[in-house]
This record gives sequence, structure tokens and C-alpha cells, in this order.
Amino acid sequence: MIHDAKTMVAAAATSPDSPSALSNVSRRAMLGGMGTLVLALSWREPARAEDKATEPKKFGADAMPHGWQDDPKVFIAIAPDGVVTVTCHRSEMGQGVRTSVAMVVADELEADWSKVKVAQAWGDETRFGNQDTDGSRSLRHFFPHLRHAGAAARLMLVQAAAKQWGVPASEVKAERHVVTHAKSKRSLGYGEIASAAAELPVPSRESVTLKDPKAFRYIGKTEGRAEAGQGQVHLIDNHDITTGKAIYGIDTRLDGMLYALIARPPVFGGKVASVDDAEAKKVPGVVKIFTLPAPTLPTEFQPLGGVAVIAKNTWAAMKARDALKITWDDGPNASYDSVAFRAELEKAARSPGKVVRNQGDVEGAFAKAKKRVEAEYFVPHLAQAPMEPPAATVQIKDGFCEAWANTQAPQATHDRLAKALGLEADKVKVNVTLLGGGFGRKSKPDYVVEAALCSREVGGAPVKMTWTREDDLHNGYFHTISVEHLEAGLDAKGMPVAWLHRSVAPTIGSIFAAGAKNELPFELGMGLTNMPFAIPNVRLENPEADAHVRIGWFRSVSNIPHAFAIQSFISELAHAAGRDPKDYLLDLIGPDRKIDPTSIGDVWNYGEDPARYPIETGRLRRAIEAAAKGIGWGRSLPKGRGLGIAGHYSFVTYTAVAAEVEVDAKGTVSVKRVDIAVDCGPQVNPERVRSQMEGAVVMGMGLALSAEITFQNGRAQQNNFDGYEITRIDAAPRELHVHLLPSNDYGKPLGGVGEPGVPPVAPAIANAVFAATGRRIRQLPIRDQLSA
Amino acid sequence: MIKLTVNGAERSFDGEPDMPLLWYLRDEVGLTGSKFGCGAALCGVCTVHLGGAAVRSCVTPISAAEGQAVVTIEGLSPDGNHPVQVAWRELDVSQCGYCQCGQIMQAAALLKETPKPTDAQIDESMSGNICRCGTYPRIRAAIHQAAGTTKPASKGDRL
Ligand code: FES
Ligand code: FES
Repeated sequence: MIHDAKTMVAAAATSPDSPSALSNVSRRAMLGGMGTLVLALSWREPARAEDKATEPKKFGADAMPHGWQDDPKVFIAIAPDGVVTVTCHRSEMGQGVRTSVAMVVADELEADWSKVKVAQAWGDETRFGNQDTDGSRSLRHFFPHLRHAGAAARLMLVQAAAKQWGVPASEVKAERHVVTHAKSKRSLGYGEIASAAAELPVPSRESVTLKDPKAFRYIGKTEGRAEAGQGQVHLIDNHDITTGKAIYGIDTRLDGMLYALIARPPVFGGKVASVDDAEAKKVPGVVKIFTLPAPTLPTEFQPLGGVAVIAKNTWAAMKARDALKITWDDGPNASYDSVAFRAELEKAARSPGKVVRNQGDVEGAFAKAKKRVEAEYFVPHLAQAPMEPPAATVQIKDGFCEAWANTQAPQATHDRLAKALGLEADKVKVNVTLLGGGFGRKSKPDYVVEAALCSREVGGAPVKMTWTREDDLHNGYFHTISVEHLEAGLDAKGMPVAWLHRSVAPTIGSIFAAGAKNELPFELGMGLTNMPFAIPNVRLENPEADAHVRIGWFRSVSNIPHAFAIQSFISELAHAAGRDPKDYLLDLIGPDRKIDPTSIGDVWNYGEDPARYPIETGRLRRAIEAAAKGIGWGRSLPKGRGLGIAGHYSFVTYTAVAAEVEVDAKGTVSVKRVDIAVDCGPQVNPERVRSQMEGAVVMGMGLALSAEITFQNGRAQQNNFDGYEITRIDAAPRELHVHLLPSNDYGKPLGGVGEPGVPPVAPAIANAVFAATGRRIRQLPIRDQLSA
Repeated sequence: MIKLTVNGAERSFDGEPDMPLLWYLRDEVGLTGSKFGCGAALCGVCTVHLGGAAVRSCVTPISAAEGQAVVTIEGLSPDGNHPVQVAWRELDVSQCGYCQCGQIMQAAALLKETPKPTDAQIDESMSGNICRCGTYPRIRAAIHQAAGTTKPASKGDRL
């Protein structure tokens, strides 16, 4: 649709320099000591190595592979009927990015919201700029560039009208889909002038003027309706979603399509020893059964191997897979037991490890301290478990591979397909569908490559690969498993003068460099090294840990264990000091100040410039105060109820959660009320910020109360949503209040939104449980810990 | 040969009678609004109406639909304006949206039985429908809105 010649689209030249041999680059980068953290998140190299020494350090979107684009001809098409189609190059997985991208462009374009549509970009970062939809950074990185694209297109419409009328462009105004020359009382609809505008060259960046934010029609609006000219927009996909027309990765249908499932090795590192497929072949509808090779190390995003079944429908593939008789060679992780492993992690956490931040004299301060407090916190493996499991369809026709995938990483998917099939980059196209949730799982394209390998096996016919929920929970990229060991020395007033924190967790780096044992700087920078509290003597250590499963990103990643431990421990210190936990936390934050994250050992800072994005302790304090005020901190409560609070800085955003829980006589915890406050800088779509915070509370509750993946004999013990218990509606609090801290200075940098809501939820709940019962939660999930 | 109606249209199927209704609808009929999330009646994303009642189509064999009327999200209302769908849009309930067809089918069945449900009745009826994105507060609010039992909203959360 955006290639219609009549529309305002030019075929942007695709530059031929997109990186190839990417896996080598990423391996080299991962093994090279991780000088640049960005690589760990993006697994591709932004610039040639030799350029790096001379180029100034890049931040934000500049530092991402393929950076950013702001060409209006790439992102905006205006049809003769006036319909504006905005291309969204980031993956929609529930964060509302299709709506938010479209509204930013539409606002600057002065487009009538009722005439705005959105199209989804295919995977092509040379054309669209970086497409890795992760790290809570779509708007953070692209807000200015999308604004520019919209404003440039507006200028082109003005210029085209001025040319047609023979009047100076400065006399022509663009407003709500109409260009007007007031003096001569002439006007044209956008659709009428679009093709003339498309003929014009894209104006220079300097010549484009962005709107005064006071004139925004949609951005930041919470009142009124966008359709009426100014106000809040509704979700652009609302109608399709509520009528069943929205197409997700699992919904792709192509002529002659076949359906595939794979029986994967139940243990990470295992492979097929032998297979008897005689019974499986008898299942009506089975087309082909074949064995896929085990991956080589490091496994990165390769498929896990196993036995694939291709059939005429999903049900036949399921039945045939069940009928396979496979003997597995379980490999080196055959004895992985997550309970025993926890003891190993604890042992490591009780001995010194790699020092990742050292300030002052911790030993000396401990020696002088009046009181010493010590605690250890455990967070288990988790599965992202998006409601739509990984799924993809691939066909290979005349040497051209086309994929339809619910991927968070379209370019990485494209590159892995090219590599797996031995095709040139221009012989692969990745169409991005809607994602039924992602949460980090769909950043890894293993499942799309599986679909491609199956398609190749049946002569390139379209094959849909579906993961069942069992596959998702057994063969995922799991959230790490961790022990956090904390010690504090308190002075006479009960405030910490010495702080020792050892964090032990298998690293995501282990999928890129087999045998990696230390957390990468980006993992440490998620709440450990950048701990901003006013404590004079601090030592942070990271003892080693082995990985026995694939470790991967899970929404908010290492912030989960770090925030749980630190925010619980601070509440424990408050108790030891005989203080109110909220007041104590605020005292520990100390006076309002801006901290350069690099000065406290965080060289990453979510990839952002520390000068633009210092840690602002006042913003954290205000978030905590807002959550406390919201919940009515300090009010008296019936027996069995308690309030807890936690605050956390993540994804350059400040979030705080206050929770009210009830613990009944049987020890069952129910969350009665949650107030979550967030300062994410200027808000583009406040309504979606709210919904992300609501969702984060619900997800955070699940990992606090009931969700965990355990392993025995290398095998995940949870099979489906009966064993892996995530929050259901009856457990969701009846009172959930989101407090958006005001920020309408659109000149200030944006913070992340998708992830920062999660980390403070579990510690707030655990702290509330302590207030209600006097019992301290040091391991997640809480499950039946209070029943004994 | 199994005969049934799907969204009012008569259909017949001569494949495997144990094929779950979900895969019949998705793979054979091409109606993909009913989703797959667990295959084991644990998540509700596959919810359809069979003979007017909400069922989990992932564990309902097609043979059980013999002679019955199946209604999916695509057929819930001719114009997509069932009161539940309208409320869902007005409150922007959806995040990723994947679970929402099942949520809407379940909520529509609830309101047919219980036109003015309490929060407790909503929780009971809807607790088989998981939303990993966590849209539960809005699901409750949207059901109340569709039922005309909306409490005055506390608008003052913005500081
Ligand atoms: S797919 Fe049917 S209940 Fe989950
Ligand atoms: S909206 Fe994503 S699972 Fe419910």
C-alpha cells in the first residue's frame, strides 16, 4: 500500500552496506570484553571497528545498529483520497507503538486523526532505522525523528500548494488536512496536493520547523477526542482487535500452507539419539517427519534441533508429534536441578567476586558500624509466556525467502534467515505481524529459522511453525536465576555507612559466548551498579555463575532481582533502625542531585548519554512520594493488612509502587490496592503509559506471588498455565491507581515506559507482607511460604 | 460427516472427529479470531459460543459440535458493535489484544446470563481467561460499562 505510485512515497534507495556475517561480528564483540554494552542488546555492530577509535561515543538511537531515519518519504504516504498511511517500523506487542508512532507523525503533519492509518514496516533497518523493539526505547529514540518526518511532510505539502498557486510558501498554512492561502482564499485538501508534494525534494533538516508543543493536537492529550480535532487518540487497532480481524504471527494463512511442530530436546544442550517415527507417520495428514541438527556453541539464536513434523493441519502435527518415540542424548546439562543450583549460587554469593563498583572503605566502615545487617534474596527462572506463543510462517520461492513473523527483531530475523538458508540479504524479506505479547521472548528469531528449515524440507512450500505452551515453557530463553547477598553497616542513627552487595546470576552473555560466567555491564547496570543511594562506602561484586539453560531477556530483565533485593533490604534496614520504611527510603535517597552514572560504575546507562540522562534522585523521590500519597501511607489498617513501598530507576525512568496486601489465616496473600507512580519524562501517549503501568503491576504480581520455572534433570518442570501460574483476574487488585508525574516539557528527553513498571512491584508486595505479618519474604515467588 | 453452523453458515466436515473445534475453525474454516494459548482449557483465548454457551474450543472436539451453532468473535455481532466490543474500544482495554477475543466472548456470555454482574461475579466468570499483558482492571471496567453498572470513575490520578 505504501508503494502506490500516486502516493507521496519515493522508493528510498536501499544502501548496500547492511552488515553481513553478523554472527561473527556479534561473537567477536561478545568475546571482546564487552567494551560497548549496546552490542549485548543489539548483537550487531553499529560501526566498523576501525571507525570506533576516531568517532565520538554515540548514544541513544545514534548508537543503535543502523541508527535512525527521518525521511518523510519512508514513513508517510498520502493517497489522493487524503488517507495518510504512517509506516510503523517498531513491532507492536501491546505497548501501543503503532498508535503512538502514528499520532506523533500525524500531529506534526497536521493530519486529521480520522484519516490516519498505520502500515507495518518489514524488516529493513537500512531503510527505516533500527527496529529492535526492546529496551523500552521506541519513542525514547524516535520521538524527535518521527516529529521531523511529519513536519517535513507538512512543509512539502505547503511548498507544493505555494508552487501551484504561485504564492510564497510563507503565506500558506497547513491545518487539519487542508492547506490554505488566506489572502486569495484558496485551499486544497492534503489528498489533492499529495502527488505534487511527492515530486518535491525532501527539505533540508534546517528548513523544517517543528510545532510548538502548545499546538499539539494529540501528543500528550488526556481529554477530548482526537477525531474532533484535538484530544486523546484511541488505539488504532481497536476495531480489528475487538472483531477478530487483527492478524498475529500465528494467524498467517497462505495458499498451500503446511503446519509444523518440533519435538525439541527437553534439556538444553541435548540432541536426538534416535527416533522411531513409525506410529507418527500413520497419523492422517502427516506430510513429512525429519530430524533437525543440534545447534553449535554458542547457541545464540539458533534453533534447538529435534524432530520436526510437517502436516496438513495443526492438529495432525500435534498428534504425530505425540506419537514420536524419541531417545534423547541429554548432554552436559542432564543433571541441572534448580534447587541444588540455588545452593551453588548462595555459596558463590558468600565469597568475594569480581568487583564492579568500589567506593570508600567498606571494610573500615563495617568495622566502625554500630550494627550489621545481612540478608539474601532469591529470584527463580521465569518464562515470558506471551499469550501468543512464538509462531512464524516461511515460504521459499524461486530462491526468495519470505517470512511472516511476530518478531521484536525484524532485522536480526532477516539476517538469521539469510544465514540459515545461505541466501543473499536481498533474497529474504521479513514481514512483521502483530505480536500477541513479546516481553523479550520474541527478540530471538530461533522459531522463524525453524519455520524456514521446515519450508526448505518441503520444497519451499509455505510452512507455519507453531510453538505450543509446553514448548514455550520447556524450551524458552529463560529469565536468569539469582541470589543477591547484601550486607550493611549502620551508624548510630541506623543509616548505612557501609554497603556490600554481591549479585550472582547466569548471564545472557552465555548464549553469545558459551561459558560466560559474569553478568555483563548492561545487566549490572540494571539497578546494581547504578544504585543511587547516599551511602559513603559501597562495594558491589559479581561472583561467577554457570548457565545451564538458555538465558534471555524478560521484561525489565536484571532489574527484577536487583530491585527486589535492594528495595527489600532497605525495608529491612528501616526495621532494624526502628524507622518508617518510606521515610527511611527517602532519607537514603538523600538530597536532590544529578548523578553521572559513569561516576558510580555504570558505563552503560541504558545506552543513553549520561549528560542528557543523569540519574536524578529528586525524580525518584517524587515518584515514591506520589505512590505513598496515593495509597494513603501511614493510615491505620485492620489486622492482617499491611502497606509496602519500593522505588526504582530503570530504562531512564523513575517508578515507585505502594501496595496494600492482606494475609489471611492460611497465609494466602491478596493484593488489595496498588498505587504506581511514574516519571518517564514527557509523555507522548499518557493513556498508553497508564496501560503499561497497569500491565506491569499485574505481571509483577505474578512473579511476586506465584510464577516460577524450576528444573529437574535438566527439564523444566512446568508444562502449561496450571504449573506456571501467572496473575488471573481474580487476583488482580480491585484498586489499581496510576499516577503520572507531570512533565510537559517536550524539550526534555523521554524515558522508557514498557518495562520500568515491573521492578518495584515485587519488593513493594514483599514489604507489605512484612508490615502485615512481621514475616520477611526473601525468595520469590511467595506461593505458600506464609502457610507454615 | 459432521454438520454444524459457524456464525450462521451451514458447514460440514469429514476430517478427524477428534480435531478440536479451535483447529477446525482456524485451519479449516480460516477464522483466526479464536486464538491458541494453551490447548488445555487453561487460558481462555480460544473461547467461542457453542449452543449459546462459552466453551474452550481447544478442548472441544469438533464431533461435540455436531448439529450445533458455533459463534466466534467474527460472528458475535454483524457490525462489530456488540455492547462488549464497544465498551472494549471506549476504554482501550487491549494491549497486545491477543487474549481479547476470548475475553470478549466470555464477557458476552457472562452478560447474557448475568446482565448486571458484581466485581465478584466478573472475577468468577473471567478467571479462566488469562491476559499476560495485565488488562484485568480495564476488563472489569469495560464489563461494567457494557452492563451499565459503571461506578463513577476516579479521574484524579494525574498529579
Ligand atoms: S487455548 Fe483454549 S483455553 Fe487456552
Ligand atoms: S492484551 Fe495481551 S494478552 Fe491480553
